[in-house]
Amino acid sequence: MTTASVPAAQAGTHFNWRQPVIYVVALTAILISIIPVLYIWISGFRTSADLNASPGGWPNPWFLGNYANVLSSPRFWGSVFSSSLVAVGTTAGVVVLGLCAAYVIARYKFRGRQWLYTFFSAGLMFPLTVAALPLSILLRDIGLHGTFLGLIIPQVAFALPVTIIILVPFLRAIPLEIEEAASIDGASRIGFFWRIVLPLSLPGLITVGVLAFLGSWNGYLLPLLVMAAGGMPQELWTLPLGVQQFSTQYSQDTGAVLAYTSLSMVPALVFFLAAERRIVGGLTGAVKG
Amino acid sequence: MILPVVLAAVYSFFNWNGLGPLERFIGFDNYARALTDPLFLKSIGNNFTIVGLSLLIQGPLAIIVALLLNRRMRGRTIIRAAIFVPYVLAEVIAGLSWKLLLSPRGGVNAFLESIGLGDLAQPWLAQPDTALWVMFGILTWKYLGFAILLMLAGLQGVPEELSEAAAIDGASWWKIQWHITIPLLGPTIRIWAFLSIIGSIQLFDMVWVTTKGGPVGATSTMATYMIQYGQGNPGYGSAVAVILFLISLVIAVLYQRHAMRRDLGTSDARGDD
Repeated sequence: MTTASVPAAQAGTHFNWRQPVIYVVALTAILISIIPVLYIWISGFRTSADLNASPGGWPNPWFLGNYANVLSSPRFWGSVFSSSLVAVGTTAGVVVLGLCAAYVIARYKFRGRQWLYTFFSAGLMFPLTVAALPLSILLRDIGLHGTFLGLIIPQVAFALPVTIIILVPFLRAIPLEIEEAASIDGASRIGFFWRIVLPLSLPGLITVGVLAFLGSWNGYLLPLLVMAAGGMPQELWTLPLGVQQFSTQYSQDTGAVLAYTSLSMVPALVFFLAAERRIVGGLTGAVKG
Repeated sequence: MILPVVLAAVYSFFNWNGLGPLERFIGFDNYARALTDPLFLKSIGNNFTIVGLSLLIQGPLAIIVALLLNRRMRGRTIIRAAIFVPYVLAEVIAGLSWKLLLSPRGGVNAFLESIGLGDLAQPWLAQPDTALWVMFGILTWKYLGFAILLMLAGLQGVPEELSEAAAIDGASWWKIQWHITIPLLGPTIRIWAFLSIIGSIQLFDMVWVTTKGGPVGATSTMATYMIQYGQGNPGYGSAVAVILFLISLVIAVLYQRHAMRRDLGTSDARGDD
């Protein structure tokens, strides 16, 4: 449908000059988005002395020392490990618990079902920012302050509302007839869940998983209160926390800070490029759902 | 999840350092202290300035760019990926990058000097008159791509037949956008505005890593204030958190009631079948 109607839409407009304008707008948008990132990456190839002498210059010669230092520092890899562990743990928790809760809400009829759904939706109204301080005290009282679990559990809890809201429509959309057919063919409820529900809801699961992963990977306030204030060793701080700490500690060594910041961007960007469609689709799906 | 918020409400009535038993009940004193502290009032003001600027500048900008880009064109995938890059970066990492770029001897000033505008070079984030505007600029850089992609996704749902019919009737491109496309984009715009408002009210990471709320409170937000003055005094911090919560809640409820009622109405009807 779109293929057929696009030429018509263009033929119906009389602004021939619009085409170049659009490309200028597009190019400007690209440049504004990318140039600051490129500046950080490229400047990371300059020595701090060189940077101090002229902050805007091109690397001459290209100096690999900054990047080499970061890539050989246990602290950087510790942060990558820590961020990965927390993000994978959070994602797993969100997907498993979210799927169970959403499945029950979407496909079982019981008293208080609507109430349960409203309860989870209301969870959206309780932002992490508000809960952060008391939460860190609570974690301290139950001995999870300064542990990975102390970060993963609250992150899962705060990601569940969005997850359930995205997943419930997915699960509701699976026709009852399929379930009946499966049970006639001898599938148990668990079998139906594994063989039919899981594959059919996979796109939704990937979307919520990607959102949970990115949210955890980019999080800062909670790691600040749980890891930094919780006395976890610096080598195990998540990346955002680690980068911030590094840049304060070595603020004089601009080249090193630039390289550390550049390399911290890489995992999220790689992940984004790999999952681009899911992320963009997930966001718009989340918004429309 | 709800427990910490309830705890916040309890703590907020005590003068408490977070360690001993909760015994020094002081009623609403923490609230009174927060609401009479000029810095906290300024922080609330800063939050609302960011909300207002976002709605007035980011929204229209995103809509215009999305309308222009909503067509089949060369490099469409590259454009979408590129404008989304700032959104994918952690707020902390984006903030630190801009802190480096905007430092007195950073890339922005160097660029201004190289094109002969050296007079404009200044310590962007370190002086009170520019800091909040610059902060808003960074936030726009970070979140505009998301807004544009959201609008583009919304535009997919706008039927083309209407604009085609209007074009055949001789309506100009701008008229079609203004009278047909933008009104049909309404639900997307309202959702975006909601996300933008809530995000601006809870703004923390970006400010904390770039300026810590300074200089002299110029960029302080409710959340940075809460961490700055509440970490050593959880009773007081909780009172600030409760105020922040109530403000978000009131805005969210009012917004849902008035602006998003129609949109939610349709999705409810769909969900009940």
